[in-house]
Amino acid sequence: MSPLGALFRREVALAWGRGGGPLVTVGFYAGVATLLPLAIGPESQRLASVATGAAWVALALASLLSLDRLFERDYEDGALDLLALSTTPLELTCAVKCLGQWVATGAPLALAAPVAAIALGAEVRLAPLIFACALAGGLAFAFIGGIGASLSLGARRGGLLTAVIVLPLFTPPVIFGGGALAAYASGLPWQAGMALLGAYAAAAVGLGPLAMAAACRNALS
Amino acid sequence: MIAGLSLRNLSVRRGGRLLFEGLDLELAPGEACALTGPNGSGKTSLLRAVAGLVRPEAGVIAFEGAEPDAARGAGLHFIGHLDGLKPARTALEELAFWTRWGGGAETDVRAAAQALELVPLLDLEIRRLSAGQRRRLALARLIAAPRPLWLLDEPLSPLDARWRGRFAEIMVDHLRRKGLILAAVHDPLPGATRSLEIPA
Repeated sequence: MSPLGALFRREVALAWGRGGGPLVTVGFYAGVATLLPLAIGPESQRLASVATGAAWVALALASLLSLDRLFERDYEDGALDLLALSTTPLELTCAVKCLGQWVATGAPLALAAPVAAIALGAEVRLAPLIFACALAGGLAFAFIGGIGASLSLGARRGGLLTAVIVLPLFTPPVIFGGGALAAYASGLPWQAGMALLGAYAAAAVGLGPLAMAAACRNALS
Repeated sequence: MIAGLSLRNLSVRRGGRLLFEGLDLELAPGEACALTGPNGSGKTSLLRAVAGLVRPEAGVIAFEGAEPDAARGAGLHFIGHLDGLKPARTALEELAFWTRWGGGAETDVRAAAQALELVPLLDLEIRRLSAGQRRRLALARLIAAPRPLWLLDEPLSPLDARWRGRFAEIMVDHLRRKGLILAAVHDPLPGATRSLEIPA
């Protein structure tokens, strides 16, 4: 197995390991999705009209949860020194860490998203598109989140700082994905929104690692 | 791959404070240098600068026989006082991962575990290990992926008397095979051929 393959397995194992990992994230997601009808009111008509949007915003919030551990733990216990000291470019290392984050928490959330939306009253035919949007959006959330997590390395209350850095950057995928879902629900062309979401995710995957590696080097030196 | 390390006129500044300046050192294969100095004098920062983790304020760090990036990525081991081990993972998982990361194979994991007598501990979680056992697990990386230059930050401190002796043998063996060691120590460094004192 290549070093990067070993790193990917380690990242997924660490995310799945103690503390419940993705189960806690999915639990938080379910909690937010359950709170909404309590705040908005129980009329199924009103709930159904906001169901996809609510599921989508809850997804963005749940993606924030495990970000603070993405780089912070490795930074605190010295593992980041050793990961940086390698012939593998730090950019690739950061990208693999984010991919591990996506697989370990983004994918379970993408599975939970259609369930939550349907429970709130969204039509069942929307489920495949919600899943696809959540998967692509999760990729963007993981890589954008990685930038925030690396920038807040070494800061006190880094998790909070990460959320403040990252939430504004979550607006484009939330707009694109929410737009595509709303368009599909009302029978309008939805491909443009999905394409923009995909483009944003691709840009995050392509450019995010450069920013993360620079931020990590800065934190280590 | 690394056939020598030379530091010329090196200065390192950390957090606005100049730790040391004008430091020179030549290290040839088979040589070990004991880095001494009081707490906070900059021994760790010097090791981190050689590893490329800290950018020096002035001066040159040159590796003979390799470009700096290649020399650092594949030619040196850095064992700091933080060991990079995750409390919730088992000793075997961590040793296997760091061996792979350093370019070693499955058989190297076993050999390293045997050399540092870690075999009975491999199934334990890191959180169950004592400080000395964790240090031995970190030091096992030196054996698992052979590299010429060892940068060690107080490698002996948590080890008991027997393991100080055993690790001294391992270091002397590394020097015999034309390895290079730069180690920050408070006690005498086994096999040291030169020493560098960083003034307070």
